Amino acid sequence: MKAIDVLYFASGSLRGSRSRTLLMILAMSIGVAAVVVLTGLGEGARRYVINQFSSLGTNLVIVFPGRTETAGVGPGMLLGQIPRELSLDDAQALLRSPAVSRFAPLAIGSSQVSQGALNREVMVLGSTSELLSIRHMSMAQGQFLPSGDIHDSVSVCVLGSKIQHELFGNNNPIGAWVRLGDRRFRVTGVMSSQGESMGFNTDEIVIVPIASAHMLFNTTGVYRILVEAKNRSTILAAKRDVEDIIVKRHKGERDVTVITQDAVLATFDRILSALTMAVGGIAAISLSVAGVLIMNVMLIAVSQRVKEIGLLKALGAPPKQVRNLFFAEAALLSAIGCVVGLLLGEAGVLVIAKLYPSLPVGAPWWAVLAAIVTSLGTGILFSVWPARRASQLDPVTALAGR
Amino acid sequence: MIRLDKVCRSFMVGDQRVSALSDIDLHIAAGDYVSIMGPSGSGKSTLLNLLGLLDRPSSGVYKLDGIDVTSLDDVQQAKVRSEKIGFVFQSFHLVPRLSAAMNIELPLILAGMPPAERKQRVTQLLEDYSLTDRADPRPDQLSGGQRQRVAIARATSMNPAVLLADEPTGNLDQTTGKEVIHLLESLVERKVTLIMVTHDPDIGVRAHTQLHMVDGRLSDEGH
Ligand SMILES: Nc1ncnc2c1ncn2[C@@H]1O[C@H](COP(=O)(O)OP(=O)(O)OP(=O)(O)O)[C@@H](O)[C@H]1O
Ligand SMILES: [Mg+2]
Repeated sequence: MKAIDVLYFASGSLRGSRSRTLLMILAMSIGVAAVVVLTGLGEGARRYVINQFSSLGTNLVIVFPGRTETAGVGPGMLLGQIPRELSLDDAQALLRSPAVSRFAPLAIGSSQVSQGALNREVMVLGSTSELLSIRHMSMAQGQFLPSGDIHDSVSVCVLGSKIQHELFGNNNPIGAWVRLGDRRFRVTGVMSSQGESMGFNTDEIVIVPIASAHMLFNTTGVYRILVEAKNRSTILAAKRDVEDIIVKRHKGERDVTVITQDAVLATFDRILSALTMAVGGIAAISLSVAGVLIMNVMLIAVSQRVKEIGLLKALGAPPKQVRNLFFAEAALLSAIGCVVGLLLGEAGVLVIAKLYPSLPVGAPWWAVLAAIVTSLGTGILFSVWPARRASQLDPVTALAGR
Repeated sequence: MIRLDKVCRSFMVGDQRVSALSDIDLHIAAGDYVSIMGPSGSGKSTLLNLLGLLDRPSSGVYKLDGIDVTSLDDVQQAKVRSEKIGFVFQSFHLVPRLSAAMNIELPLILAGMPPAERKQRVTQLLEDYSLTDRADPRPDQLSGGQRQRVAIARATSMNPAVLLADEPTGNLDQTTGKEVIHLLESLVERKVTLIMVTHDPDIGVRAHTQLHMVDGRLSDEGH
């Protein structure tokens, strides 16, 4: 018997019992679709977090004031114990490490910005000219902060795109003056629109030189120092050096936390990958349930079609051929279920992507592969028994329908 | 062509051994037309199943074309069935979801015949059995006589040397039954060995060789 005929015959028996076939395909495809959608969501969450982190910059080492017991994001950091401040001199000292290529200190506060009659509350970020390239930001217009002495409080500012729009509309803001708190700043540039990143919308901030920010908020503290290592392989050296330098400057007290972007990324990556695998695994279990269903249905099919099996044998079909026919039927069933499920799953992913455009959903290739392998595998595995049973029927009793 | 030597067939029912055939010695020449008659339960169907290799004797030797077929394994026996033996059943045994033409084609498909050749042969068979205009309907849309004609067309599609018919007219009325018998007899003219179980003496006497069975034994009454 030719393979194509086996498939044709098997598809004929599937068409013969339509509702049974449709139900089986439904069960199988829901399982496959669940794997695709759930792992797609998990993967989406993973990619989202990684994108957010990567948009911060590359090869970053981040310095916080205060000490947390564990590396990474710890409770101490969240509870906000008041630690010894980091100073601009601390930041500048970091350049002594050969592993460090540059840094950008950050100070943060909120203030009223006004231009003519227009005013609003904004987040003010104090930093240096290096921030632009370390944070991978880009300018829409004009210049970023001037380079020069970090302690110079030059009265210039750079506007986020939304702030620019609200204060100036379509007018050119470059060279115009705005008021921040009780000081006047000249606008030198406008950031290009970037949207949200790590809960921080760069479209709605005003960036000023860090010394100016200190005067504006009457502080000297540095909120974060973003340190860029020379390359990927020197990240750990940079981290160690940064710790050592600051500990030395703080008289041996280890009151800073230094994390690498890589480590945080890897942690999130691990957690979210595990999560994806877990939901994928649960969905795969539902898939094997579909496999058991197929077995059940195939067993019923065998007992419903004993006469047909007896006939096939009387017509000269050897046991192997009878087995192959039932095998092909189950395989076809799970293959169709698998394809329908993949289509359903991809459609579901598309819908989610439409509803939540910021979430880069998409089932990872390994999950799609696993779904295909599990569905075909369980379908075929669980039909071994029914097919064997069919092939071992005694033709005389089978023909008699007993 | 067919030679049975001391063939016995017994079944275990519970822990009782029930003998359905005992010491059957039989010779059937190629092209013979044989009827088997006898009371219900005398072992006619059991004998036919043995001849058709659907069942194996408990003891004894069955030679078909000089080959001891009882020593063949399942796969080899299936091959013999496919190539040499055709079955016609009382209850037709057509596959309900397949068209008449597909039912006729089934043995050819199972034998792995190329589609073009298959099509040609099915067309010829439909014509031979006056079924050309009934090729597409499924069995439940056919009359009893038409169903049995489809079944006979199927049984002869592989040009078997032996045709085994177990009460082929059992489910048919007198006239259609006659038609079917004529059809089967026309096959004998084409050198097919026909072995037919029947309850109808009028049909039985038409055969060249008439076998009578009682209690699993043959009482040969010759020509
Ligand atoms: N599978 C089986 N298990 C047990 N006993 C069986 C089996 N098949 C047949 N028999 C017994 O063997 C004997 C012969 O049965 P068989 O079917 O050959 O009779 P038959 O001559 O064809 O009868 P009928 O004219 O009613 O069809 C009967 O006594 C029957 O009960
Ligand atoms: Mg019988």
